[in-house]
Amino acid sequence: MTTAVVPETSTGTLPETNVVANRGVWHTVRYWLGNWKLTIGLILIIGLTAFSIIGSFLVDFDRTRVASGPFNAAPSAEYLFGTDNVGRDIWALMIHGIYPSLKVGLIAGVIGTAVGVVLGITAGYYGGTVDAVVSTTADIFLTIPSLLILIVLASYVRTTTIEFTALVIAIFAWAGPTRLMRSQTLSLRERAFIPLAKLSGQGDFEIAIRQILPNLLPYIMAGFVGAVSGAILALVGIQILGLGPLFTPNLGMILQAAYQGAAIFRGMWWWWLPPTVALMIIFISLFLISIALDELANPRLRERAK
Amino acid sequence: MSVRYIIRRLGIFFLIIWVASTLNFIIPRLGPGDPMAAIIGQMEVQGGKVENSAQIIELFRERFGLDDPLYVQYFKYLGALSRLDLGYSIAYFPARVTDIVANALPYTIGLLAVTTLITFTLGVFAGALLVWHATPRAARMVITFFMMLAPIPYYLLAIIFVSVLAFSLGLFPYSGLVSVGRISKGGFDLGYILDIIYHSTLPALSIIIAGVGGWILGMRGMMVTVLGEDYLTLAEAKGLRERRIFFFYAMRNAMLPQFTGLAISLGYVVSGATIVELIFSYPGMGYRLFQAINTNDFPVIQGITFFLVVSIAVAILVIDLIYPRLDPRITYNRR
Repeated sequence: MTTAVVPETSTGTLPETNVVANRGVWHTVRYWLGNWKLTIGLILIIGLTAFSIIGSFLVDFDRTRVASGPFNAAPSAEYLFGTDNVGRDIWALMIHGIYPSLKVGLIAGVIGTAVGVVLGITAGYYGGTVDAVVSTTADIFLTIPSLLILIVLASYVRTTTIEFTALVIAIFAWAGPTRLMRSQTLSLRERAFIPLAKLSGQGDFEIAIRQILPNLLPYIMAGFVGAVSGAILALVGIQILGLGPLFTPNLGMILQAAYQGAAIFRGMWWWWLPPTVALMIIFISLFLISIALDELANPRLRERAK
Repeated sequence: MSVRYIIRRLGIFFLIIWVASTLNFIIPRLGPGDPMAAIIGQMEVQGGKVENSAQIIELFRERFGLDDPLYVQYFKYLGALSRLDLGYSIAYFPARVTDIVANALPYTIGLLAVTTLITFTLGVFAGALLVWHATPRAARMVITFFMMLAPIPYYLLAIIFVSVLAFSLGLFPYSGLVSVGRISKGGFDLGYILDIIYHSTLPALSIIIAGVGGWILGMRGMMVTVLGEDYLTLAEAKGLRERRIFFFYAMRNAMLPQFTGLAISLGYVVSGATIVELIFSYPGMGYRLFQAINTNDFPVIQGITFFLVVSIAVAILVIDLIYPRLDPRITYNRR
């Protein structure tokens, strides 16, 4: 079944002192941008987002409506990517469709990661029964094929808006980040600076926010990227099966229409190629970003990568 | 292996199945009205008036005991599941869901089991070579290229393959299991089998190429860790041959965690590559699922989901029980 492929973040050798807190954020940011994978990944994904957002001010949304143009037209100056079998301008569909697709990833990713950070830190820090309950639940949610449950859900509760689809996808987006945060918190808890902070009178909550959270940053970001990528994958999967929102243009919808309209066998490459390429760019850029985050968090991999 | 460990694993096994089936029970009841009326309503929206809809609803209400209190329904449902009674298909009534699943299963297992094993073998080997110092530069570049394909969902590759290899170049057929009009002569019919293989090549290729990157990636990470271990330095110092170090010291140890992944993917085999099957009209579980969605055949959708969850849970149970034997470093009980 479709699962997002994101490198499993390996347990790196964590510093004995709280490096992040000592060196400051700006230093960290500059250091991270030295990694070419991160830079290229960011450029690709930001570029695609900008293309869609800026474009949506320039290209009329009405061109994405049925019968707004000629049917099955090949690319031309007027219709850069041609039109589909019901007269929608594919260039306009792409521009207005990329952003909603990313938005689904963003909403589900933020929810999944936020829940993951809270649950993961709590479970990892306190251990015991809390940990047992949280980890077992997360394990079960990781095991259950989420796309299938989403399909069952979507076929009963026809998802109508893009936001609702994102919320439905978020039901399964928290388990991965939770496991990641838990395991990292477990290993952080053993570091010398945690008892030190405790001795200096910091409470549990303060330790979680000021000591653990900053050191989890690369993992939080890796978890977030993974969740975003997984959510977009789920959106496209639901869409291709014909279960997604029908009225907001998005990449999965264009692909589904192309499949239903037999675009491939009619030689209408301008119809299926743009959404395919856009999805590839999205997945590859998110992948590059997560590899880079993994390398930054794990010095052993970084040396090898050089 | 301690009894406690086995009991714990069995507990998780049943928990997974229970949670998934409970979700399957709750979801249809989330909406307003009863599920059967909702189904008929949707059929009416799509296909006009359904004859005797009131009667059909009444029959199904009785069959599924929808007039019972919720908890009674729930226990009846669990009871039926435990007997593997998944009910009847709505679209192909009176076909049983289990029969529909049983018909699709061999095709999916045939395609997916073969591709999963090929992908695993290729990926693990390539991933190990990627970080091995003696690997030629050119080979490393090829492997890196395939690794970069890891995040691309296989159905996107499938679309490209169908378009280029089947449509433009005409090298492969683009859909179905056998050529049109071809019927098995019964028994061992080589031509028929070859035809199936020929038709399965493209779906298989897209699954393998899209899947190999993930294994490469995982293996690369493990290999890096293993190569830093002291026993590798010792093996080198002893003057062991390179090949021996690579296969028996580095790869053998780095591969272990990959087996967990293999078990899980074998569990997922049953689900099929839903969308790939759809693109190639390959008559496996994924394609059946799509048909069921299109005809609002909810018992089949739920049946396939249930079947899949069980197979994944079984795969995980098996690997959990075998793994401590494969890797003696693993302790049975968490602290």
